[in-house]
Amino acid sequence: MTERCRHCGEPAGPSPIRVATDGGAALFCCAGCHAAWTWITAAGLARYYRQREAGQPVSVDTERFSDFALPDVAAHYVAEADDGSATVSLHIGGMRCAACVWLLEKVAEQTAGVLSCDVSFATHRAIVRFDPTTIDLAGVLHALARPGFQPEPVVPGELSNAQTNERRHALRRLAVAALFGMQTMMLAFALYLGDAYGMTDATRTLLEFASMVCTLPVIAYAGAPFFRGAWRGLVERQPGMDLPVALALTVAFTTSVLATFSIGTTVYYDSVAMFVLLLTGSRFLELAARHRAEDGVAALARMLPDAVDRLNPDGSVERIARRELRSGDRIRVRTGDTLPVDGRIVSGQLGVDEALLSGESRPLPRSVGESVCAGAGVAAGSATLVVERTGASTTLAEVGRLLERAGHQRATTRAFADRLASVFVVAVVLVAALAATVWSQIDAARIVPVTLAVLIVACPCALALATPTALSAAATRLARDGLLLSGAGLLERFRPGMTLLTDKTGTLTNGRPVLSATHALAGVSATHCRAIAAALEAESEHPLARAFVPFAAGVSLDAPADVRVGEGVCGTIDGVEYRLGRASFVAAIAGCEPAQTANAESRVYLGRANEWLASFDVCDALRADAPASVAALRQAGIKVVIASGDSPTAVAVAARELGVHDWHANLSPANKLELLANLHAAGESVVMLGDGVNDAPVLAAADASIAMGGGTALARANADAILVGDTLTPLATLADVSRRTRWIVRQSAAWAIAYNGLAVTAAALGLITPWMAAIGMSASSLLVVSNALRLRRATADRSSELTVLAERTV
Amino acid sequence: MSILLLLIPLALLLLGIAVAAFFWAADNGQFDDLEAEAVRILLDDDEPVGRD
Repeated sequence: MTERCRHCGEPAGPSPIRVATDGGAALFCCAGCHAAWTWITAAGLARYYRQREAGQPVSVDTERFSDFALPDVAAHYVAEADDGSATVSLHIGGMRCAACVWLLEKVAEQTAGVLSCDVSFATHRAIVRFDPTTIDLAGVLHALARPGFQPEPVVPGELSNAQTNERRHALRRLAVAALFGMQTMMLAFALYLGDAYGMTDATRTLLEFASMVCTLPVIAYAGAPFFRGAWRGLVERQPGMDLPVALALTVAFTTSVLATFSIGTTVYYDSVAMFVLLLTGSRFLELAARHRAEDGVAALARMLPDAVDRLNPDGSVERIARRELRSGDRIRVRTGDTLPVDGRIVSGQLGVDEALLSGESRPLPRSVGESVCAGAGVAAGSATLVVERTGASTTLAEVGRLLERAGHQRATTRAFADRLASVFVVAVVLVAALAATVWSQIDAARIVPVTLAVLIVACPCALALATPTALSAAATRLARDGLLLSGAGLLERFRPGMTLLTDKTGTLTNGRPVLSATHALAGVSATHCRAIAAALEAESEHPLARAFVPFAAGVSLDAPADVRVGEGVCGTIDGVEYRLGRASFVAAIAGCEPAQTANAESRVYLGRANEWLASFDVCDALRADAPASVAALRQAGIKVVIASGDSPTAVAVAARELGVHDWHANLSPANKLELLANLHAAGESVVMLGDGVNDAPVLAAADASIAMGGGTALARANADAILVGDTLTPLATLADVSRRTRWIVRQSAAWAIAYNGLAVTAAALGLITPWMAAIGMSASSLLVVSNALRLRRATADRSSELTVLAERTV
Repeated sequence: MSILLLLIPLALLLLGIAVAAFFWAADNGQFDDLEAEAVRILLDDDEPVGRD
């Protein structure tokens, strides 16, 4: 195992800095990391290293912080209070656990000029109040970025305010349902005991009256959304699950009130209260998931730089806020910038990294007259652009809209489930009506109790518990393996016969190029060739250059290397000119090209005057566990399809190694959505696995989705599950756990339906007294819960083997 | 059982106070972040620096 830097977690390299500490020697890859470590430990914050996830690389782009020193830019984000203090809302990137909150607050506390800092882990937001005379916005950002976080100012917008309000109201409803519901249950318990042991009518009336008072806020306040939803469903002629809920609540509550005033026999206040509590609880969890997704869309806009260099007509360069750019303005961009707008190059040339938009992992050369998109990174070169489109009309904004549309598409699938539910609703109502009609012939006094029994038993506790308990047990089990589940759809979809659509770069592969082979073509040793190549690429920003970094060994250039975008680099060592890059570029000095062999994903050549020295095969290696995981998935009956934005050669190599026959290369996000639509049209159930922004629309539109933990926040926000720890092995576990979950849900549901079927028949025949029903219901719920807990066991048990058999035969 | 005439209204009163307290807390942002606060209390600062 290579030794890693104590601070940043990257390999420490050939000449690390060694420092003796209490816990043995610590290694650092560079002086910067050493300084950061020294600062953190000296500030008494060494716990940070113990709390953070092991090996999490830290890379913070602090350069753009200076943009926030511009008054125009800062004014957009900072709100000044009357007492002279200023407040800014920040989105904190890189927060992984609650310990980060602690670290951020401590760091802020120790920064001169910061008055207060409130960090919320749930929203990844920080609200910082500072004294503008001591520290400016850029200073605050620098302070918070020091431990390795990526703070981004956000406009204290309507979105987050609306979310906070919505959340607080949902919490209020939950509290009302829980507190009053508990009280109702206690009174109900007394009523049940009264049924068993006898109770005076006066006491009964008192208890019933108290129950009514307790249930009133539950139904009127906590249950209000269900009535609103039911009404909307009726108006739009598409009744959803809200309708039977509202119906059952109305019937049960009205009957109970009538019974309380002696026009009936039985009260159902406890059923009403518990029903509302359970439903409000599950709606609250849904709300949290939806808010995370909304944050993801907002994240797109944060990717663009806030300030740009505008080239004025008089030739001067002025740094201005991005929002002030108008189409037709000229701007300057350099290596390392992110393009703020869509534009056309008027002078200079660029190597642009469009991985964000297309998934293409290599920079593409762009020269005068060609267009470039907002959100793309400048990997090499510098140029002057004329601004064509800004803000909402850019290609990046288009991706955002694709994403929203994809979200709506999924909502349509859900609406289909709702339509199915409305069929169920109509059936339940019909059965209840039938029972009422039949009983009106037999015994008119029992119409109401019987009808109610049918309506209430249609949504019983055990059946309601079967799915959520199994899901939460499965989620716990999967989290232990490194798969964080946020949506239930995944467990339902991940079954034999479905298609796993997967991205390549950064998902199946590590997303980092490595040198896979060196072919020495002349008398110079392979090791020396690599050292020369490393020296040439030392200053390069090209992604492939990183493959050579580990081989730097004492060779230095006479002068900085000359980078030619799309060609290669050239430089001189000891007076001899060397070229590294495409064959044609090297051939210009080395003579005719050597014979090429296929199969290499990317091949670069090294040569000097009249001599070819070596060729290097650079590839983005597959994750070590990718072949085994794909094989395990195939064994579980899952089809794997690769959809990549990368070049066909690169994808073909990966597909061959994995044994995947169905692969697609050169896909844009729109192409990927098209591919998904084709799969859907063929009747396939599709789960998407991806990591980048270019995957985000597909992640949102697929039936279910999994994002890589190392991927972009946007991809994570749209996924039903997140793979942490950058390994694919949990996918095999997922196949097993989802199978067992479905089996257990089916078992529990079958039990609950059988129990309720018996109970409703017995109740309809007048064989069951309330206290018997209460005990039966509790026992039934307990059985369902303990059945679900079996999922938390580490190893697959016999039930899973049975499921395999069951699912194969179906 | 006439004690119930006192106890039930009393329970309802306490319930009302509890709900009012919860509303107040929710509106003051006490429940905006349910994850960090649970862990924060477990994290101490390191030993004060610069002391032997």
